[in-house]
Amino acid sequence: MSFIQIQPDYQYGFKDTEAHIFKTPKGLSRAIVEMISRYKNEPQWMLEYRLHAYDVFCKKKMPHWGADLSGINFDEMYYYLKPTERSTQEWSDLPKDIKKTFDRLGIPQMEQDFLAGVGAQYDSEVVYHNMRKELVDLGVVFSDVETAMREHPDLVKQYFGTVIPSGDNKFAALNSAVWSGGSFVYVPPGVQVNTPLQAYFRINAQNMGQFERTLIIADEGSFVHYVEGCTAPIYQSASLHSAVVEIIVLRGARVRYTTVQNWSKNVYNLVTKRAVAYEDATMEWVDGNFGSRVTMKYPSVYLMGKGARADILSLAMAGEGQHQDAGGKVVHVAPLTTSHIVSKSISHHGGRTSYRGLLKIHPEAYGVKSNVQCDALILDEASRSDTYPVMEIDNDDVSIGHEATVSKIGTEQLFYLQSRGLSPQEASLMMVNGFIEPIVKELPLEYAVEMNRLIELEMEGSVG
Amino acid sequence: MSMVFVRGLDVCVEQKVIIHNLSLEIRAGEIHAIMGPNGSGKSTLAQVIAGNPGFEVTHGEILFEGKSIVTFSPEERARKGVFLAFQYPVEIPGVSLSSFLRTAYQRTHAEVGSVAEFQKEITSAMQPLGIAEEFSDRNVNEGFSGGEKKKAEILQLKMLDPKFAVIDEIDSGLDIDALQAVAQSINEWMSPEKSVLIITHYNRILKYLTPTHVHIMKQGRIMESGGKELAEQVEAMGYRESQ
Repeated sequence: MSFIQIQPDYQYGFKDTEAHIFKTPKGLSRAIVEMISRYKNEPQWMLEYRLHAYDVFCKKKMPHWGADLSGINFDEMYYYLKPTERSTQEWSDLPKDIKKTFDRLGIPQMEQDFLAGVGAQYDSEVVYHNMRKELVDLGVVFSDVETAMREHPDLVKQYFGTVIPSGDNKFAALNSAVWSGGSFVYVPPGVQVNTPLQAYFRINAQNMGQFERTLIIADEGSFVHYVEGCTAPIYQSASLHSAVVEIIVLRGARVRYTTVQNWSKNVYNLVTKRAVAYEDATMEWVDGNFGSRVTMKYPSVYLMGKGARADILSLAMAGEGQHQDAGGKVVHVAPLTTSHIVSKSISHHGGRTSYRGLLKIHPEAYGVKSNVQCDALILDEASRSDTYPVMEIDNDDVSIGHEATVSKIGTEQLFYLQSRGLSPQEASLMMVNGFIEPIVKELPLEYAVEMNRLIELEMEGSVG
Repeated sequence: MSMVFVRGLDVCVEQKVIIHNLSLEIRAGEIHAIMGPNGSGKSTLAQVIAGNPGFEVTHGEILFEGKSIVTFSPEERARKGVFLAFQYPVEIPGVSLSSFLRTAYQRTHAEVGSVAEFQKEITSAMQPLGIAEEFSDRNVNEGFSGGEKKKAEILQLKMLDPKFAVIDEIDSGLDIDALQAVAQSINEWMSPEKSVLIITHYNRILKYLTPTHVHIMKQGRIMESGGKELAEQVEAMGYRESQ
């Protein structure tokens, strides 16, 4: 599997020497699943849940309808690696290497500057977790899922696996069998968490699979903005990131979930993300995909209650050797629900982007409004973009808009900008930044700056 | 001194000759007008001076301040002080006019002031053009009316402050008030150290922007040159009779 290109522009490609206190043997089996569960000292119901999911995983075929996944070899992978003895609330408690890694990623600084809470996962376990005291006092819970299972067993048991059952797809089943780490968030009724909670995911070891699990419950009338970022070292062999993210947005609540995905280009990123939104609730996905070799990810929202709303902003950029198969899905189950999907993709230097979307309207969902817009920008002849929108509309009393555009940077546009003193590279970057502006303007300033910088690096690296 | 010196220029597009053996000298402080019927090659000349790679200079020279710029990229020409106000300005979605102006200014000048200072300058440059303040928040040329596009070109001229401006068909799509405002802005920008080449089909704009030289172009050549009276002659008799 020597497919990866040298990635001189990827500044997060450094790696720490692997040090772990526990690692399962290579490959996946029933025994490995049991080993993980036993090691985590889990309740019986979770062990059974895992074993059932493992059976489902074994039975399900690889998805063949999307990106090329032939580079994944399940037998060559490690499924669980525990890097430290325990999770800490102090960065200084972390082993030196790990602390240095998160320092280089700027996480402690960001926490100090503008975040309400931070969780940091390193390979299979969350090694750092902390949240501002005032939120703790308000009853907000932000921890890894293992801790939540001990401290809030009823909540976890009530919601875990209800939005994305293990039988949903092969990779959801895999996650359900070997999951570890991730985030659990509970926001009590009426509580507004006005600064973001952030989780940061780092894969360090080679041939590693990271399978974090995220469960967010926003109780009635609450609000939370959750942000995740991810990076990994560059290896010649494939790593796998296969997360499951379940979100429950109860009546009148609002959740915004922002992702800045910047995996190194040897990572297969196959993630299932889904939310259910009840009466008058709002779910917003802001999904930015820059890194990875292959990403298959379609954040979804099930609109279960009257007046619920879904907003999906998806942004994908694919360069040499990358395939970003992204998009969004909305299922209107209840009447008078609204959805809005905006997908923007940029492909360059042989990169490939696909938009894959689903809009489904149930027969009882009258008065639905939905608008889907997908725009692709292709920067050169070697690159490619495809659109696979699916619509299943079973109610006549609906208002639906769908618009798709494919554009290239025209020679006229280039000349116009050059005549104003911009080099062709600067001109392309300006066009790209203009193209994604509707999405970037939705981000908190710090992430907008980060996204613009990622795009600039990506384009510089590929032009030179 | 001679600012722009075009000497024996031949220009081809896909092996078709568009401009043939054209020579033109423009000195600092001069306003030249090139008039001609549609298809005479006058807009091609504007594009070639600005460096559009879609046109091939097969023969001749373009000297700017004594140096040949024929092999220069468009951005190198812009940085030397050459500006083209486009006949058909291009839309740049998602990029606000003000941030576009600031980037362009940074690329063509050594230093740029703070965002607030720069915005102030934009506002004061927009005022005489009759453009509302929020105009600079809009995306470059996106959804602009024909007149707004032309005004935005002249706003760029004022803000980027080049040495030499080629102004291509600025009068099309402008009503009389807008035309006067545009001409006034060009006049205000103009100085004895700068020069202008106006490309126009009609004499209309030349009533507000007095040319020092007028050239009649047909079939890729300059047929006749003279003073501003030549423009009036064209107005009275049309192109056919004027030669």
